[in-house]
This record gives sequence, structure tokens and C-alpha cells, in this order.
Amino acid sequence: MWLMLNGERREVADGVSLAQLIDTLGLAAERIAIELNQGVVRRAEWAATELKESDRIEIVHFVGGGAKNVASF
Amino acid sequence: MSTVVQTKSDRFEIGGRPFNSRLIIGTGKYRSQEEMKAAHRASGAEMVTVAVRRVPLDRSSESFLDHLDPALQLLPNTAGCYSAEEAIRTARLAREALQTDLIKLEVIGDQTTLFPYNEQTLEAARVLVKEGFVVLPYFTDDLIMAKKLLDSGCQAVMPLAAPIGSGLGVQNPANLRIMREQLPDATIIVDAGVGTASDAAIAMELGADAVLMNTAIAEARDPAKMAQAMKLAIEAGRLAYLAGRMSKRLYASASSPLPGVVR
Repeated sequence: MWLMLNGERREVADGVSLAQLIDTLGLAAERIAIELNQGVVRRAEWAATELKESDRIEIVHFVGGGAKNVASF
Repeated sequence: MSTVVQTKSDRFEIGGRPFNSRLIIGTGKYRSQEEMKAAHRASGAEMVTVAVRRVPLDRSSESFLDHLDPALQLLPNTAGCYSAEEAIRTARLAREALQTDLIKLEVIGDQTTLFPYNEQTLEAARVLVKEGFVVLPYFTDDLIMAKKLLDSGCQAVMPLAAPIGSGLGVQNPANLRIMREQLPDATIIVDAGVGTASDAAIAMELGADAVLMNTAIAEARDPAKMAQAMKLAIEAGRLAYLAGRMSKRLYASASSPLPGVVR
């Protein structure tokens, strides 16, 4: 099934959970946050959150900077 | 380590946590992480701002936060947001990731000037305060907007000195003085536009409780040196403010007695 992930369309396995998706992407869970269809999903709920086709997911982390000058070394 | 002893009457706190340093610094625009770390150390700052961005999925990236001194209080910001909705979403994500209620609220109205979109800032502030955030809003140095932000529950207000990254220093000292006088109990943090040490000292002399800056340090030729200068300037400015300056006069007032001069 397809999802929107950080603004881009991606194919993932059907019925995958958020936790599984993070794992597949190889992301460390610390100090990232996830938004699913404009709502924040708490880490404790990632495993229990099953994704559906056309879900819009935003995965964010922290970088240096302010309004114009975003940095990540 | 700040040399200013924090007396009971000169306490600076945000979200219930006291800070010895009245300098808050940013993490952007540094030429290297070494320069950033050296500047942070030299500044004596205890709180730094960080921005929230999408994780790049096409490559592995190390955590920026790992480059920061773990003793620093992180202050996430909503940099890059142009609407209340974006800022609210960003704040919620930041809180989830960092497990902090602190948020520096920035809603920008214009890409060239990066001036704040005050209306949307107020709207976002109202929502975030209700959700339990400790909201520190960036806005133009407008007394009426300051009152609205404080009435909506913001714990401090952060008027700009001049446009972000402009280095122009306090452009409207009268406004800041008025704000300080009219809101004697408010925590006022001058944020944006500071360029050099004297700018920071002036902001503190006008009665600001703290100063937030990024570019002034990051774009100095020697950021660590400038960070140290800022630390000293903010201490000096605060002392001068507490000391109560003399009044300005139009004409001279002699320092020595007139009679008894040998003629």
C-alpha cells in the first residue's frame, strides 16, 4: 500500500505498524517524533498503530537553527 | 560560570526553573560543530534553541542533539512556521520528542524580513497554553500585543530588537522601556537583531530580563570570543539596570566645586 512519508509517496507492506515502519527505515527512536494525519502519535502507541493506505506521516527530529538557517552537521 | 550572584530579588526563571545566565543562544549558522560547542561554553548560557525538521529518509543522519552539551536546557522553537496551525503541530511534535513543555513560539509573516505574524502567534499561543505548554512567544516590540500574549497565559514575552539576523541592535529603545515600565512583573526577553556586545548591554539596561541571540555569535569572526563578550555585556547591563542610572541632562553639571580655584 502507499503512504505519504515526509511529503513523499512511498510503498510499504500492508498492515504495517508505525513501529515496524520506523524499524524498516532504520531510525533510532530517541528524540524523533511522529505525526500521523496531523496528530502526534506517542512512542508508547507506535507498535499498536496500524497504518492504512494514503496515511500522511511526518517524522521529525531536531536540528540547529531558527527561521532561515537550519543546520545539521 | 556567571560571576553575578543571583539574589532572591534578582531571580530569573522560566517554567519554574531558575537560570543563572540571562543569555539564551541558538544553534544555527555555525561554521562547524567545534565552533558551536566552543561558543556555547564561552557564553555561559544554560539554555539553547533547536529547530524541528523532517528526518531525511534517504540517508542516515546522526542526531544533532548529540553535539550539544547535555547539561543545556533545550528550548525547541517553531522556526520556519508561517501559520498558527504549523506552529501548533510543530510544538506538539517537539514536546513529544523532547518531553519538555517549553516552546519558543515563532510564526513568521514574511520571508524577507522574518517579522512575526503577530495575529497567528497569539492564536497559536492561546491553543498551546491550553495544552499545558510553557509558551515563549517571539513578536514585534508592541506593548498591546505583549499584554494580549501575557493575558493568554504566556510565561514571558520576547520582543525583537531588530529583524532576525540583521545585527542592527535595539532599534526602538523607547518601546522596550515603555514595555518594562508598563509590565513591571512580566518576564521580557529581547530576541532577534542583536549584533554586538553593546547591543546586548543596552537591551539589559532597558530592563530586559534576558537576551536571546544566535547570529551575533555564530557569524562573529571569533564566535567563542563574541560569546564571552555577550556574557559579560549581559551581566554588565543587568548590573547597570539594577544600580539605577543617573538622569540625563542637557547641560553640564560640574563634578568639582567652583570656589577655591587658583586664578
